Amino acid sequence: MMKDNIDHPQPQYQKTKGYWHAVLRQLKNEPLAIISAGILLVLIIAALFAPWLAPADPFKASMLKRLMPIGSPGNLLGTDELGRDMLTRLMYGGRLSLIMGIVPVFSAFCIGTTLGLIAGYLGGRVNMVIMRILDIFYAFPSVLLAVAISGALGPGLSNSLIALTLVFVPQIVRVAESVTTQVRQLDYIEAARMSGSSNLSIIRVHILANVLGPVFVYATGLLSVSMILASGLSFLGLGVKPPEPEWGLMLNTLRSAIYNKPYIAALPGGFIFITSIAFNLLADGIRSAMDIKK
Amino acid sequence: MMEHTNTFLNSEDRGGPAQPLLLVKDLKKYFPVRNGLFSREKKFVHAVDNVSFSVAKGKTLGIVGESGCGKSTTAKLIARLINPDSGKMVFDGDGVVEYGGIALKDFRKNLQMVFQDSFASLNPRLTIEQTIAYGPTVHGVSKLDASKQAKDLLERVGLEPEQFANRYPHELSGGQRQRVNIARALAYQPRLIILDEAVAALDKSVQAQVLNLLQELKRERQLTYLFISHDLHVVHYMSDEVMVMYLGQVVEKGPVDLIFNNPAHPYTKALLSAIPSMDPGKKTLKPPLEGDPPNPINPPSGCRFQDRCPVVKELCRNATPELKGVGDTSDHIVACHLAEERHI
Repeated sequence: MMKDNIDHPQPQYQKTKGYWHAVLRQLKNEPLAIISAGILLVLIIAALFAPWLAPADPFKASMLKRLMPIGSPGNLLGTDELGRDMLTRLMYGGRLSLIMGIVPVFSAFCIGTTLGLIAGYLGGRVNMVIMRILDIFYAFPSVLLAVAISGALGPGLSNSLIALTLVFVPQIVRVAESVTTQVRQLDYIEAARMSGSSNLSIIRVHILANVLGPVFVYATGLLSVSMILASGLSFLGLGVKPPEPEWGLMLNTLRSAIYNKPYIAALPGGFIFITSIAFNLLADGIRSAMDIKK
Repeated sequence: MMEHTNTFLNSEDRGGPAQPLLLVKDLKKYFPVRNGLFSREKKFVHAVDNVSFSVAKGKTLGIVGESGCGKSTTAKLIARLINPDSGKMVFDGDGVVEYGGIALKDFRKNLQMVFQDSFASLNPRLTIEQTIAYGPTVHGVSKLDASKQAKDLLERVGLEPEQFANRYPHELSGGQRQRVNIARALAYQPRLIILDEAVAALDKSVQAQVLNLLQELKRERQLTYLFISHDLHVVHYMSDEVMVMYLGQVVEKGPVDLIFNNPAHPYTKALLSAIPSMDPGKKTLKPPLEGDPPNPINPPSGCRFQDRCPVVKELCRNATPELKGVGDTSDHIVACHLAEERHI
């Protein structure tokens, strides 16, 4: 018999990292999501540091420099119908547009997840009451609902934020409720109930972590919708008021220039388009990265 | 300190060895069926209908029957994961959830369950150690003690704590996950463990390992098992007593050898003849039973097995058979009008 003189290496046990760590690692294999995240980062930095980065004053009009073409000296992206620097206004406009995209979705995420967890976990009558009330909101197309609510509340930034939040709450509740209902039936919840732990502890330890992921992905997909709706509200005069720079509003005021300077008029729309596409692709990337199977 | 971690939840053996650990009497659960929004008529699925039995301390009671016969519902009723419509349960001499008896929280410390789906019964976001330690911390054991105990339990069920404690369920195989489920059930120092098809999803070799682990643990910790399975080989191997269920009722119960060698109920006979033979020359050509079990919404009056019974008599269609002792033994009981005449 041959003597076993090979040095068996001691098995190296890799310490397993947390779930989100694994998701992040998976995300590295999604080039589109990485590029989108990069674009969003640039846009956010440009908006955040606009006062320092912008080449001009966003409110300084000049009758002589109206509707300068793209690439003019001193105005890299041209000027608008009042001769204000487009690049500057787009950077400043990004602040409001991104706020209008992120804030309503974030607040709807918080409110909606809570309501959805309650409805899904308790089930029965509570579920019925919450879901049927939200169905009333759900019955309207979201654009119509946003216009109706902010029309009723009056124009202004905070009112459009409230209106958009109200538009997204029912959608997020639906997702949170259905995921909670699914998770609630799994055996590990029964096992936790067998351990005699309270409902609050079960929701906190066992349900929340498993519901948050899918709802988060869904909410990321809503960011672009929110931005587009917000721009729509501003376009209709229900959101931000001029001369405040905001992409949707800029699109509206530049409407008259669509025939003689179409590229300038399309610029804010292009930014809305790029940002929402980037949000969507990032959401898609996160979705597939989170899909860690056994 | 050590003493504390080992006995923190255990309630002592009070009634002595002769006292059955669990006594179930007339357990009943009907699930309402809605048939349409405006329908006034209420119908019920007779899921578990007047089930009574007892489990002796340190024994294993196997529960067998085809799917839909109420095995799992019985398990969930016992664990109070669903509330029974009526019926009584006595745990080691104490009435469960009744005045002067044992409270639900205390009862649950004595009883744990291992489920069939090893993946669905583990929270995917908790590490193995967190999963096992969760229950004890709920009951006020310190995090440090619970984690130490979790590691000991992992070691006991054959999983190297260093390697597995910080892993997530999706990184484990089915057999390993089921070992984790067993470790979690043991974390409470329970006296009764309900194994609901606990090995059904595992392949044969892993099944054997897990079954042997269960047998060792039973001896070591004086556990009592309620072993629910549709696999008769496994039930034969594990059980001291076997209970056969059909359509929400107990049709036969007795010591494992008597049930397997000398079944009294025609349904039990049919079940046993469905076990594939080890001899390839022996082939079953005819199905042992024809048809499906009747609709549990409207079970037939009289004997519930009448429509499929090969030896049905007029009496079976009119009168519901009671559970009666077979021959002169009182531990082998059967619910069949014809059992007596054929045995005597």
